[in-house]
Amino acid sequence: MTHSFGKPLTRNEDPRLLRGEALFVDDVELPGLLHVAFLRSPHAHARLLSVDLTAARARSGVIAAYAAEDLGDYWKPGPLLVPPPPVPGMVFHQCCQVPLVKDKARHVGEPVAMVVAESRYIAEDALADIVVEWEVLDAVGDLEAALQPGSPLVHDHLGVNVAARVHQHRGDYTAAAKAAALVVKRRFTYDRGASIPMETRGVVAQWDPRADRLTVWDTTQAPVVIRNGLAAMLGLSERQVRVVAPNIGGGFGPKMMMFYPEEVLVPWAAMRLGRPVKWIEDRLEHFFATTHERSQIHDAEIALDASGRILGVKDVFLHDNGAYDPYGLTLPLNSQCTLLGCYLVPAYDSVFTAVFTNRTLVTPYRGAGRQHGVFVMERLLDIAARELGLDRNEIRRRNFIPADAFPYDQGVIYQDFSRLSYDSGNYAPILEKALDAIGYDRFVQETQPKARAEGRALGIGVVCYVEGTGIGPYEGAKIQVQGSGKVSLATGIGSQGQGHATAFAQVVAEQLGVDIRDVEVTTGDTDQFYWGVGTFASRGAVVAGSATHEAAKVVRQKILKTAARHFECAEEDLVLADGKVHVVGVPDHSITLGALAGLANPMRGAVTPGTEPGLEATSYFGPAGGATASGAHAMIVEVDPLTLRPTILDYVVVHDCGTVINPLILAGQIQGGVAQGIGNAFFEQLHWDEQGQLMNASLADYLLPTALDVPRMRLDHTVTPSPLNPLGVKGAGEAGAIPVGALFAQALEDALDLPAKGIEILEMPLSPSRLWEITNGG
Amino acid sequence: MKVRVTVNGVAHEREVEPRLLLSDFLRHEIGLTGTHVGCEHGVCGACTILWDGEPARACLAFAVQAEGHDIRTVESLAPAPGQLNALQQAFQDSHALQCGYCTPGILMTMTAFLAENPKPSEEEVRHALSGNLCRCTGYQHIVDAVLLAAERGA
Ligand code: FES
Ligand code: FES
Repeated sequence: MTHSFGKPLTRNEDPRLLRGEALFVDDVELPGLLHVAFLRSPHAHARLLSVDLTAARARSGVIAAYAAEDLGDYWKPGPLLVPPPPVPGMVFHQCCQVPLVKDKARHVGEPVAMVVAESRYIAEDALADIVVEWEVLDAVGDLEAALQPGSPLVHDHLGVNVAARVHQHRGDYTAAAKAAALVVKRRFTYDRGASIPMETRGVVAQWDPRADRLTVWDTTQAPVVIRNGLAAMLGLSERQVRVVAPNIGGGFGPKMMMFYPEEVLVPWAAMRLGRPVKWIEDRLEHFFATTHERSQIHDAEIALDASGRILGVKDVFLHDNGAYDPYGLTLPLNSQCTLLGCYLVPAYDSVFTAVFTNRTLVTPYRGAGRQHGVFVMERLLDIAARELGLDRNEIRRRNFIPADAFPYDQGVIYQDFSRLSYDSGNYAPILEKALDAIGYDRFVQETQPKARAEGRALGIGVVCYVEGTGIGPYEGAKIQVQGSGKVSLATGIGSQGQGHATAFAQVVAEQLGVDIRDVEVTTGDTDQFYWGVGTFASRGAVVAGSATHEAAKVVRQKILKTAARHFECAEEDLVLADGKVHVVGVPDHSITLGALAGLANPMRGAVTPGTEPGLEATSYFGPAGGATASGAHAMIVEVDPLTLRPTILDYVVVHDCGTVINPLILAGQIQGGVAQGIGNAFFEQLHWDEQGQLMNASLADYLLPTALDVPRMRLDHTVTPSPLNPLGVKGAGEAGAIPVGALFAQALEDALDLPAKGIEILEMPLSPSRLWEITNGG
Repeated sequence: MKVRVTVNGVAHEREVEPRLLLSDFLRHEIGLTGTHVGCEHGVCGACTILWDGEPARACLAFAVQAEGHDIRTVESLAPAPGQLNALQQAFQDSHALQCGYCTPGILMTMTAFLAENPKPSEEEVRHALSGNLCRCTGYQHIVDAVLLAAERGA
């Protein structure tokens, strides 16, 4: 039998995408389709006095227009997607987003009115007919200003802008600091960015009165959860609602957020109007209305002994929540936990305050708070190494959690509400491989001095990180052998380009001895698979992949049993290969899986009690805890001394995500992650003015990295399988993006020899102009 | 207004509003949804089509401007239903797409590029690609795919 598991196989999903045949949400066309445009708040903070829709409704081609009051009882704040964690003493104020602004707008772009018309063009025309009276209020965007007495209040009834406060600690940091040979204390900031998938969001909904069913096509990462929520909101039972997340043009986290107002309103309008309704976000809307990430301010300190061993870390940080907090505390918890990184930290004291601001909501985006933690810790170690006169790699080596210490309990609560425990890992070899691959010693001893002598600014960076992946609660998979001999697999997660249709097919093929092209994978259709949670936190391959493995094993048993009866032989004497079963040593004496599927579903005779018809199985998998992947990135960068524009000359990633299902897909995930990391570290920053207006809401102003900016990367791996799932896999979706900020800071400091000038890089992102300010005393 | 335009070798005649974008015309009037829309302001390149053989952004033109012109979209690339042309095959072989949303625009841009420069260097490929944004891949596999297609003589 040819193995497909672990092979760099090309993808099942590609041919349709390459021919332009794949279905995306905006490709859905239905007879009588209506189109929606939203009027959005032009103000970051303003009381809504009145909305007059009369002229809009009168426009030819407009079918309906709605403001908050037209929604009646349907108007409700959204559900809390992730409740707060069970941390003693925690404060959490739940203020979820609303479908349409009723009392006041809390960020620019919040929807105020919805127009449904015969075309999107007409719907947008009608937006100009709507008359809105506002009382504009002072807006607050700065995290520290928001906490000052007298600050404008995002949610008046709270009396403060504090969304949450969580204190976690282990050991005694005060004692650690007292005993320390060195304490390094700095302020670190990380500013806002956006995920910008190439496909914006969109929703199409169709109510079928004959079938008594609602179908919704949605660019969501979590179709099952959307189905359940919509059913509850619309007073339907779950079986009456089908949510399809077809091909999704990139997700990266913000398409996991729910419920967006548009997701709540478009299905409602379709039911009310009895016609299918489509809304597709345009790019301008996307900048305001799809969630952002990343503003945090950390006041952090690290205590070390004279040999550079960490005695403790203390961190007090502010997290920008935006205007509402439906996603709970996932982001700041990830920052809090990931800060501990690959290191032994005997004493840890961390408290964060999540803050409401008059800005777009903040929810997880690739990395999901982890880059902040990594940035703070790696920067603290860099500075400490300098002050102790230690090599930056040596200080890391001295503090790695040793390979024999796993599973390693970090003693804090993670985003999945279980104790943060690293399942497995071996960090030192990863760092050594990275140093070797980038040629660290040669660079430091030869290349850099030579370049400096020539007036060139070359620098190197090397940083380490961990990534919590593959958290619960569960996913499931259903496998069926079809009469055609093909094998179908359905799971409840959605796919946004991760190659699930190939990776999961490889898991199935390994058990059933079929070609991966004969495994037809459906993700993201709630009629195909009923249960599930969603694609986030690098969990698809781990959790749904493991469920697939379990289901495939059961189907394999059923195949063998049916074939043994057919051949009148023992199961042990059978071989599954090439879509057939044959008796060992007699390959000509075979039966196809399709024929066996027929035998397993007889038209006559009794089915034996305790058996089921068909060659089919459904299995679920819920991991006991998250699987912790790890890695190191290294880069050599050259900075133009005049423009301060960096050019990356070499980039190395060494990564350990346990057992690898498909190295080709893994490489793509890592390269894409690094590209986003580079964007987030260097190009991408959302700029706001005093009034809370976003100043660069277009792709011409908010710059994404192009093919000229992203370097060729060299990848290498180590493999420490996870003991927490049957495949030994760990997630890899976010790893590429997580350490890049810390890496950039280190490499830029090195290139420009900044520490010698008393300058440190303590913030991200870092455009050339900002770098110029910093290096010129700004 | 009436517009007559040839798309993938098929003549179409339609009554359209003058303001209808060519991208909307292709996608929603004649149902060729392979051409994608990522920004509608001419930056991302997802909507790239061939306009009399030259790459152009369908979101920056009105349908009526295409009057009398020859438009080619991603749907025209495969030599026969169910098949891939050499460039498409190289994209699959190199894992040059993830979500695939940017892919049609990139295929059209690279089709024109390779026609002009059949044996490009990596640097030249990167320059030609720099007007198309991809948020998933980090471009490396796309560059590999174009070089592979060139090597295979696509
Ligand atoms: S949609 Fe035309 S360039 Fe982006
Ligand atoms: S493959 Fe997703 S944007 Fe390029």
